[in-house]
Amino acid sequence: MSNAKKALLTGVHFMNGDEACAEGAIAAGCRFFAGYPITPATEIAEHLAERMPEFGGIYIQMEDEIASIAAVIGASYSGCKAMTATSGPGFSLMQENIGLAVMTEAPCVIVDIMRGGPSTGQPTLPGQQDVMQAKWGSHGDYGIIALSPSSVQEMFDLTVEAFNLAESYRVPAMLMGDEVVGHMWERVTIPSASEIKIISRKKPNVTPDKYKPFKPDENLVPPMACFGEGYHFHATGLTHDERGYPMTQSSEVQSKLVRRLCDKIDRNADKIVKVQQVMVDDADVVVVAYGIVARAALSAVRKARESGIKAGLLRLVTLWPFPEKQVAAAAECAKAMVVPEMNCGQMVREVQRVAGMKPVAFLSKLGEDPHTPLEILEVIRRSA
Amino acid sequence: MPERISHSPLDSKKVQPVKAEIHLLKDECKGCGYCIRFCPKKVLEESKEINARGVHPPKVVDENQCIVCSFCTAVCPDFAIFVTAKPVEESVKHE
Amino acid sequence: MVLEELVHPYSRYLRSDMMPHIWCSGCGNGIVLNCFVHALDELKMDMDKLVVVSGIGCIGRTAGYINADSFHTTHGRPIAFASGVKLANPELEIVVISGDGDLFAIGGNHFIHAARRNLGLKVICVNNFTYGMTGGQQGPTTPRESLTTTTPYGNIEHPFNLVHLAAASGATYVARWTSLHVRRLTLSLKKMLQKEGFCFIEVVSPCPEIFGRRNKMRTPLEMMEWFKRASVVENFSDPSKADITPQRLVVGEFVDVEKVSYEKLLHEKISQINEKSMRW
Repeated sequence: MSNAKKALLTGVHFMNGDEACAEGAIAAGCRFFAGYPITPATEIAEHLAERMPEFGGIYIQMEDEIASIAAVIGASYSGCKAMTATSGPGFSLMQENIGLAVMTEAPCVIVDIMRGGPSTGQPTLPGQQDVMQAKWGSHGDYGIIALSPSSVQEMFDLTVEAFNLAESYRVPAMLMGDEVVGHMWERVTIPSASEIKIISRKKPNVTPDKYKPFKPDENLVPPMACFGEGYHFHATGLTHDERGYPMTQSSEVQSKLVRRLCDKIDRNADKIVKVQQVMVDDADVVVVAYGIVARAALSAVRKARESGIKAGLLRLVTLWPFPEKQVAAAAECAKAMVVPEMNCGQMVREVQRVAGMKPVAFLSKLGEDPHTPLEILEVIRRSA
Repeated sequence: MPERISHSPLDSKKVQPVKAEIHLLKDECKGCGYCIRFCPKKVLEESKEINARGVHPPKVVDENQCIVCSFCTAVCPDFAIFVTAKPVEESVKHE
Repeated sequence: MVLEELVHPYSRYLRSDMMPHIWCSGCGNGIVLNCFVHALDELKMDMDKLVVVSGIGCIGRTAGYINADSFHTTHGRPIAFASGVKLANPELEIVVISGDGDLFAIGGNHFIHAARRNLGLKVICVNNFTYGMTGGQQGPTTPRESLTTTTPYGNIEHPFNLVHLAAASGATYVARWTSLHVRRLTLSLKKMLQKEGFCFIEVVSPCPEIFGRRNKMRTPLEMMEWFKRASVVENFSDPSKADITPQRLVVGEFVDVEKVSYEKLLHEKISQINEKSMRW
């Protein structure tokens, strides 16, 4: 079909991270994007504004980020794979409706190309200051999925992965990029359609009269009907029972629902979590890093090995759910951990939580450039 | 005031006037009084009985006066009253 | 006459397991719901194609009561949510039913932009001059000198003229009725459901428990009596002069124009760019 061919640009390309993310969305089947311009994520919107009409996808620039995420949830409930992209200030604005997406279990992808914060901060420089916000940003208890790309290729691959996870678990999936990964140019290979795994939401297999929109399957995820399919279902942000009707006075319903929203992710963590381990098995010092910082960390680890220090890199591809098992296992065998981040200490707290008694050295960097390999190497040396 | 001229309507053999049936879902009524107040023929009044909600639902004073305008049906916030029309078998002649 | 097993003729449009609704005695929300399902019935609306979206407030519960696909969003966001639904599937008929605070305070920005775009949404604003659900605070349509829980000395803010705002923002159909104008409201609802583009109906509605009680209209009937006494139908008059005062409540249809909708323009643009669109 000619439209499917126009959508997927199989081949080798040279593009920047934001563009790769947009192409990843298209490859994953995203046909709805609503967004608002914000540095350094604007290029995602601009690229999709140009590309979406080529194959009948919808692009709309909404009046603000709150409207963008609301429209994305609406499109998701209409059956579309939907995405929005923003940076720190917009991510903050979106939090309430992220809660709505969580509560109504609307699959969608939210891209945050992180920049210096807080507030307006440094719009054109990288940061990793939103990673805790990805997990805890909206009020209430819930489970969330967040991925961290370290390269332009990963901006493509992990966007596809984010869509698959969002559809599998009926949850908003965040792609936590940063300004460097978003704006740098690298080689990207876009595979053919048969080589890309696409997962779509499970549909109900009962008739409308028997359908309960929030009755979970064994994996704790309810099959999802969409508007216009004759199911006449109701969804609300209020605490609701399996029928979707508000049950705001029942502690039993609240407990059952909220715990399921958390367990849906936690209990399926083994299927969700991805890390990259380089020379960790025999490492004395394990560097735990993510995003653009992991690139420098890899270089530092290699330099450390050259100088005789047994260093290893545990790169977090999944930020949430936190890769507890993998980090704990690495901490078990290592003598020390090193966590470089472009913030004042966020994922390092999770590492400390699971590292037991092992010392965890934190290397903070704010503003301007990400850590250099030599800066990380210095901390590896001191930890060895 | 002109004297009343009594005659049968010209189409009285063809057109059948309707008989109203006023249906009250008494326990749905919350006693707002809209149907009673705004009925153009004053067919309803507040009853003395108390329904499941602790209010006085309306009661029909004279169903024959109802012209099936259905205003009560439309204005009731609680879907507690509706009027249906049943055509009568024989035509009605004025005296 | 009381029959056994009485079933209201509109009950098939309502979710029986959610009824009776939570609204107070005399609440205008119930009347709007009644007129709305009446309009659906007269139009023989395909209920599989209808999506009802509501915001936060007493009127927000409406989506739960109608037997169609429905969604109850966060405060102020039903129009933004509905925009996504409509664009993703333009064949759906999306009706947004919400209140004055939800649509015009927190949601004001979404309203004016959806109207500006002329996106084919049908918006019903039930205006009871207050934030009823949270106990009766001042809102953007609260009249001057009204007593509310956050204006205990009388409201000093000027209220919005909603029909003027809707007309100025670009809506193709703008009307205002009160809960007493049940027939004209039903006719307007039917017209709106068959019209292209962004349509808006304001329904001035009694809130006896929360607003009326504090403002010398203690019983449901007293507020309806105000509507009866003060309302005057002025079709196609200047919406900027459509006042709501104790003496004068201007109702009517104010705007009824033809203007191509956003989704039609988008479809044309996509067709120009690509002869065969996948979805449409």
